[in-house]
Amino acid sequence: MNASTVSAVSSVFIAFQDNEESRPVVDAILADNAQASATYPPGLVKINAPGRLVIRRETIEEQTGQRFNLQQLHVNLVTLSGYIDEDDDEFSLSWQH
Amino acid sequence: MNIDLQAREIQPLRHTFARVAAHTGDKPSSRYLEATVGVQPTANFHYRPTWEPEFELFDTARTAVKMADWDALRDPRQFYYANWTMARARQQEAMEANYQFVESRGLIDKIPDTQRAAACEVLMPLRHAAWGANMNNCTICSRGYGTAFTAPAMFHAMDHLAVAQYITRLGLALGEPGALDAGQNDWLHDPRWQVLRRLVEDTLVVQDPFELFVAQNLALDGLQYPLIYTHFVDDHLAVQGGTAVAMLTAFMPEWHDESARWVDAVIKVAAAVSDDNRALITDWFKTYADLAQAALAPVADRALGAQGAEALADVRTALDARARKSGLVV
Repeated sequence: MNASTVSAVSSVFIAFQDNEESRPVVDAILADNAQASATYPPGLVKINAPGRLVIRRETIEEQTGQRFNLQQLHVNLVTLSGYIDEDDDEFSLSWQH
Repeated sequence: MNIDLQAREIQPLRHTFARVAAHTGDKPSSRYLEATVGVQPTANFHYRPTWEPEFELFDTARTAVKMADWDALRDPRQFYYANWTMARARQQEAMEANYQFVESRGLIDKIPDTQRAAACEVLMPLRHAAWGANMNNCTICSRGYGTAFTAPAMFHAMDHLAVAQYITRLGLALGEPGALDAGQNDWLHDPRWQVLRRLVEDTLVVQDPFELFVAQNLALDGLQYPLIYTHFVDDHLAVQGGTAVAMLTAFMPEWHDESARWVDAVIKVAAAVSDDNRALITDWFKTYADLAQAALAPVADRALGAQGAEALADVRTALDARARKSGLVV
């Protein structure tokens, strides 16, 4: 590790199919991660975030007004990068192992 | 020959209906908003209704509550027809499973006779109260204004019909011959039920849809459901061998908690609009909560005996706290 690579933060990303079901999830991610940005390649929505990205169940439930099981993300999940840390309330991606 | 395939990205010109975009801006919108916002017809009604010529066919003046935007009374559950039916279908499946469990193990026969009689006597007349609630929510839907307010009222009306049907089915399952007739007879003639019956029948002719909403969905149901299903069925019957009754009425407390979120959200938004609204809704709430408490006193007495009055007072305290949380001055 030299000084120039320490300061650069690797980004993580997650991509979903761009549909009705994943929209509240995307909105929740953008609400919870100030530095996250969404891009829309054909048929997909891809969210990049520097360093860490978190998906909170509570935020998704606020968006939809319905109970949400975080495992439901996987239905529309296409691809992701980063180490996954998940429990019943949060699903996070980061490079800290 | 060489065919070159390329992916082309086509940007949609508009992301949602203009009537929704007027509210939320032009971005992709939820099915709930698209089914709700800007659906209410607002102009060009041509004729006034012959039965109420002082009003237009759809008229905000039918209620004393004043709202600049009737679409603001959103349902936090975000129910529109499709997801409401799917949610209820799931709950119906759970209830069917409960019935199967109870019937396959003969749990009904294991209920002591005293508890079985108590369940029949307390629950069967409530079919008629649930039917009254169904009628009242139909009235809210027909006289109210704004799809955000009226559509969930219709769902709520149908849910009340479901409650009445579950009680009917419970009466048949408990196998008391004539349990349903006895319940109707009590509702019509037993002095214990006449106060509640009078209240239900008085609300049937309330003309103001929002007043009716407060009377039926907040005051009366807000006391009745916790008293009957939490205090009587779950805490009283179930511990004395009546678990089967709790299983066969499992829908009611679950549904009451879920729909209370909608009721509270509507009250909260309407009361926050102006001090006039707040004062008006608070008045209605106090009036009808007092009436409902008096009407349920003899029922609580029959259901819970000596603890009846105390349980009813607890339920009233909890309801007042709920109303305060929704911004009423109680």
